[in-house]
Amino acid sequence: MLESNNSMQRLTTIDGTPLKEMLQRAERRRKMRAAGLVAPLFFFLLITFVIPILLLLYRTVENPEILEVMPRTAQAIQSWDGVDIPGEAVFEALVADLRQAREDRDVGKAGKRLNYDITGFRSLLIKTARKVSQFKTEPASYREAIVAIDGRWNEQRYWSAVKQAASPYTDFYLLAAIDFERDKDGRIQRVPEDRALYTRVFVRTFWMSLVVTIWCLLLGYPVAWMLASLPVRYSNLVMILVLLPFWTSLLVRTASWIIVLQKEGIINKLLMWSHLTSHPIQLVFNRFGVYVAMVHILLPFMILPLYSVMKNIPPSLMRAASSLGANPVVAFLKVYVPQSKPGISAGCLLVFILAIGYYITPALVGGPKDQMLSYFIAFFTNNTINWGMASGLAVLLLTATIILYTVFNRFIGIERLRMG
Amino acid sequence: MKLTKISICKFVIIMVAVILVAGIGMPAKSNARDLTVVSWGGAYQEAQRKAYFDPFMKKTGKKVLDESYNGEMAKIRAMVESNNVTWDVVQVESPELINACEQGLLEIIDWDRVGGKQSFIPTAIMGECGVGTIVWAHVIAYDADKIKGEGPKNWADFWNVKKWPGKRALRKNAKPSLEIALLADGVPAADVYKVLSTEEGIQRAFKKLDELKPHLQWWEAGAQPPQWLASGDVIMTSAYNGRISAAIKEGRNFKIVWRGQNYAVDSWVIVKGSPNIDLAYDFIKFASQPENQAVLSAEIPYGPTHVKAVPAVDPKIAPDLPTYPVNLEGSVATDAEWWVDHIEELSERFNVWTAQ
Repeated sequence: MLESNNSMQRLTTIDGTPLKEMLQRAERRRKMRAAGLVAPLFFFLLITFVIPILLLLYRTVENPEILEVMPRTAQAIQSWDGVDIPGEAVFEALVADLRQAREDRDVGKAGKRLNYDITGFRSLLIKTARKVSQFKTEPASYREAIVAIDGRWNEQRYWSAVKQAASPYTDFYLLAAIDFERDKDGRIQRVPEDRALYTRVFVRTFWMSLVVTIWCLLLGYPVAWMLASLPVRYSNLVMILVLLPFWTSLLVRTASWIIVLQKEGIINKLLMWSHLTSHPIQLVFNRFGVYVAMVHILLPFMILPLYSVMKNIPPSLMRAASSLGANPVVAFLKVYVPQSKPGISAGCLLVFILAIGYYITPALVGGPKDQMLSYFIAFFTNNTINWGMASGLAVLLLTATIILYTVFNRFIGIERLRMG
Repeated sequence: MKLTKISICKFVIIMVAVILVAGIGMPAKSNARDLTVVSWGGAYQEAQRKAYFDPFMKKTGKKVLDESYNGEMAKIRAMVESNNVTWDVVQVESPELINACEQGLLEIIDWDRVGGKQSFIPTAIMGECGVGTIVWAHVIAYDADKIKGEGPKNWADFWNVKKWPGKRALRKNAKPSLEIALLADGVPAADVYKVLSTEEGIQRAFKKLDELKPHLQWWEAGAQPPQWLASGDVIMTSAYNGRISAAIKEGRNFKIVWRGQNYAVDSWVIVKGSPNIDLAYDFIKFASQPENQAVLSAEIPYGPTHVKAVPAVDPKIAPDLPTYPVNLEGSVATDAEWWVDHIEELSERFNVWTAQ
């Protein structure tokens, strides 16, 4: 009796399945379909974005060279206490490793890694490997034989470098990216002044991005306001003027700035023709040139979010403010600006984050004092093939961007942004 | 309704399969492609096209693709590591050559297949992986239309901003800026690397560069110095001798100062795992023939490396070559081995110095 009562109360569909179950099923299907639609993009991002970034993070701490090329030495040196120089067993392991490495032709791999720590270690290792392979008979004392090849093997700092390089993971590159290093006893210390570079470049990168962002805001705000308040047929024209450079290649725009700003370029010719200056002034290959080119290139990224927000601010609000007695300036500052805030923050965040990673423009129109962090990442990637160091700097940049984003999110709220 | 679910699953599976196949399919393509030769671009590669690429294609009937680069070893490393070798023969500078050879990125040269070691001048045999092909030099260049009267004679004059006011340009690289600074400071050419091997020597070089710093502009691509001379951006510059000669050929009144030139050898290498290795050897052998090298030197004045090519060069062109005896006076031969050891440390210090 009780049971049948229950089944009576339960809502069912026409074929008798409970409605709740049916609804759940429908919901599941909907979710599956959504997931299926998102899947291609998800896999695309995974393969082209997430995995490369993880690999990059891994490269920063990875330290395989010595373990690969000199496994016996790496093993033997673990029991060394770090004072004085290691015992006979380590020297014997070194001889065996170098013989093998010379046969496999990868002495250079280990040499390059050790050369990061001590200049000249590469040629020391290669020379030693060459001499070791020429041993006719096994020496009575490996230690004496090796030290006889080169006296530097009798210095503690060389062995200390080997020991530090002989672990599977290292903080070497991360420390170097913030101008720190480990001394011969493994203590962390600041690098000497004439080698400290990256903290300065880092501060410079942020400062330059900030200046560019502020200029973009100052120049972009009136343009966006004009776009939003002009009648459609005029505003379309202005919009095209904003978008045309946006569609032009970045490289082309940067190169044209060089032509415009160079010593015998249009600007200098105009200045001299109008007798404002008697000599051509240096406008490019310095900070000024970088700012001009970067502001020009990034301006659309400020104008478009601002415009999309401003378009939705009803003009009647300004009229209401003035009818209540506010003069135009007050009405603008008290009514209009606060409502355009989401656009301001979206534009600033967009421009700032894009500016931090700028590479081509400063490289082409800047001098050596105007290079940003990306320049040095490219330098290590391309010129010296020190990918560990490139990753170290990239991690620094990535961390800073994430922190910035988090702080921004906390105070302004990313969900309040309207991108257009 | 069930059907939709299955079709979505299918769609996802197909997408994944497409991505995977695309990923696997790409390296497979490299098996059957034309010989790809990579060099430095610009006027130089044009000359190589006339001297090597076109005649080689005519002779063998095989197609040669030529690309240009700026000396970055990163691409070669990425190719070798990902087992997707798309370059076969590349022209590289000596320190990079030694480094890449030790990292196992290049094939070990079988000298018998390129004509034997004895056919090359000694400096052209650069380690185990490279066949030297040209001798090029860093020289001082200026525009005689802008400096009328007496021009600079050596690097000390390059530093003399009182007599010749105006900006100067140097290559944005520790090599050979440090050598040049020491030469300007009066160090004899033969002692440059001995002095640079000491901490005092390095500081001395940077101190000398400090003097000129406010007047310096840095170039990175070989095409920049002649452009800047022509546009009047700089009054004098260091430059690759061939680029200046090419500009002179086009009618510019540029002058080259040979005193204190830094010369070096560029070599052909074969990327490890190249699928066209036999053709690559044929090409290097062809490009090492004295008669072909003489054609190149006539097109752009870089010195040949085949022993027989040196006398085969047109006597009218010979005085423009870095290897011409008079031009070698007071010159510095770039010490590639020394640079491989010091490039990391000195590049870092150089970067710090330029960024200050």
